[in-house]
Amino acid sequence: MTAAAVQVGEVDRATGLPELRRSDRRRGLLVVACLGVGLVGLAVVALSVGAVALSPGQVVEALVGGPGTEGRFVVTGLRLPRFALGAVVGAALGLAGALLQSVVRNPLASPDIVGLTGGASAAAVLAISLGATGRAVEGAALVGALGAAVAVFALSGRGVTGTRFVVVGVAVAFLAQGFLGYALTRASLTQAESAWFWLVGSVGTAAWADVGRVGGTVLAAGALLGLAHRPLGALALDDDTARAVGARPVGTRVGAITLSSALAAVAVAVAGPVAFVAFVSGPIARRLRGRGPALVTAPLVGAVVVVAADLAAQHLVPGSLSPPAGLVTGALGAPFLVWLLVRGEQKKELPA
Amino acid sequence: MTSPLLAAEGVTLGYGQRAVVHDVDLAVRPGALTVLVGANASGKSTLVRGLARLLHPSSGRITLDGTDLHRLPTRQVARTLGILPQHPVAPEGIAVADLVAHGRYPHRSFFRGHRSDDDEVVAAALEATDTAELAGRRVDELSGGQRQRVWVAMALAQQPQILLLDEPTSALDVAHQVEVLDVLRAEVRRGTTVVLVIHDLTLAARYADELVVMAGGRVVARGEPVVTLTEDVVHTAFGVRARLLEDPDTGRPVVLPRSAGDRE
Repeated sequence: MTAAAVQVGEVDRATGLPELRRSDRRRGLLVVACLGVGLVGLAVVALSVGAVALSPGQVVEALVGGPGTEGRFVVTGLRLPRFALGAVVGAALGLAGALLQSVVRNPLASPDIVGLTGGASAAAVLAISLGATGRAVEGAALVGALGAAVAVFALSGRGVTGTRFVVVGVAVAFLAQGFLGYALTRASLTQAESAWFWLVGSVGTAAWADVGRVGGTVLAAGALLGLAHRPLGALALDDDTARAVGARPVGTRVGAITLSSALAAVAVAVAGPVAFVAFVSGPIARRLRGRGPALVTAPLVGAVVVVAADLAAQHLVPGSLSPPAGLVTGALGAPFLVWLLVRGEQKKELPA
Repeated sequence: MTSPLLAAEGVTLGYGQRAVVHDVDLAVRPGALTVLVGANASGKSTLVRGLARLLHPSSGRITLDGTDLHRLPTRQVARTLGILPQHPVAPEGIAVADLVAHGRYPHRSFFRGHRSDDDEVVAAALEATDTAELAGRRVDELSGGQRQRVWVAMALAQQPQILLLDEPTSALDVAHQVEVLDVLRAEVRRGTTVVLVIHDLTLAARYADELVVMAGGRVVARGEPVVTLTEDVVHTAFGVRARLLEDPDTGRPVVLPRSAGDRE
């Protein structure tokens, strides 16, 4: 076929394609900018509010001033790492969720629903009950998440369809839950107390090394996804059509699922299974963004969700002890899951 | 430029243990328009999926110029062989022009993305399928017929030498059916080999250079429509009595199915 019949410019002018592209781009930039501003706003609150209340001016002074400045330790030693850890953990979970949902083509296919974070928790608690501490527990969490991913993928077969992947994943999640319960019964009281962290997820124990590890993983994953954006784009077609144009949907999907598990595992190893963040970030990002897989928007949404949830947990939830962020995200995420399911049912009932 | 020879050699195809196509030999005539017809579940779609390497034969092999299709690199096959599946799914919210541009996938390298001649090919494909004015619309907003033509445009944008289409006209009104078939015939005149599955026997006979009739997973008749399509063949393939007339303009057969109530 030759292209002599028509000039590209003519088609463009006649159809409004450039305007459509421009408005999509504008909306994308606007959403990213708004989320960025929101995150900065949350940072100001996170750094100034607390037992030692500081004004934004004092926060800036503490940040740029040398040692000995008023509030320096509170800001740079406690609040900033906690904020940063919340942001990178949220970004990692958001990206992991959006990626898995898009390659499996099912909004329920997120690491927390299909048992990846559950596998991490179960392995971590088992390690604790066997007397492990610190890095060894984190390593166990990584192994647990990847093991759950391999199990789900192997059991759902080569040509994973969305629903089958999710159903197998939910089964694996329950299995992990049962295993975790068993490991807890074997643990001593002190071990059970440190295992508590692996049941809900918290960013309260922030250290800069953790922030670097999770943040680095998010950046590396982002770079990889940027390089692979063409095969990922073709995966948005159905598998037959993707193969028809020369893409390899199965290979691409295996790679994307591995990357998603690694992201979720690294985040969970540091902060525990902060509930539902991976699950809600993708749909929220898609809704804000309008179309497309929203892999740039989802990590920002995740970051905002975790930081906001952690702030709410620290300052808004009544009680003498501030609950971990995972309780807040869980309380908000569960209704969202129900809403998504109900909406899906309604859509199905519409005449085709 | 003649397109390469696509052939099935003793091919059995199926899903799991259940074979749907049994031991079929079929060399697709290069540079011709081949139409596959047959009753539902006669194996047409399965054979097309096999020919397009979407399905592995459980025995026999599919060859492209004598080489086993499954031994060739995916990208190379995709530049030679295009397939429009029966129920393609568009990404949510994608614009028509962006969907058609997916057809350029095998022509791009990993690091060098979209190029301006890609745009030209996409524009020409849109024009050829009468969808240029839809380029800026979202695919989910289109009618069934418009969507079908956009998919054909994507297959054309792939610029394959052999193009396989599984029921590309099933959602279309008669005017658009004729339009899509005219587009495909124009492709054949440019040297492309086209294989398509359609249900309308009269349209099949009208457009086919080569008609392949399937029944029960086997090829029961093949050749030029005027010779191949007989009342007996229609009865064998569809289990329906039919009268055949001659199209006064083209001399091709026109099929008039008879229901049981019509029997004398």
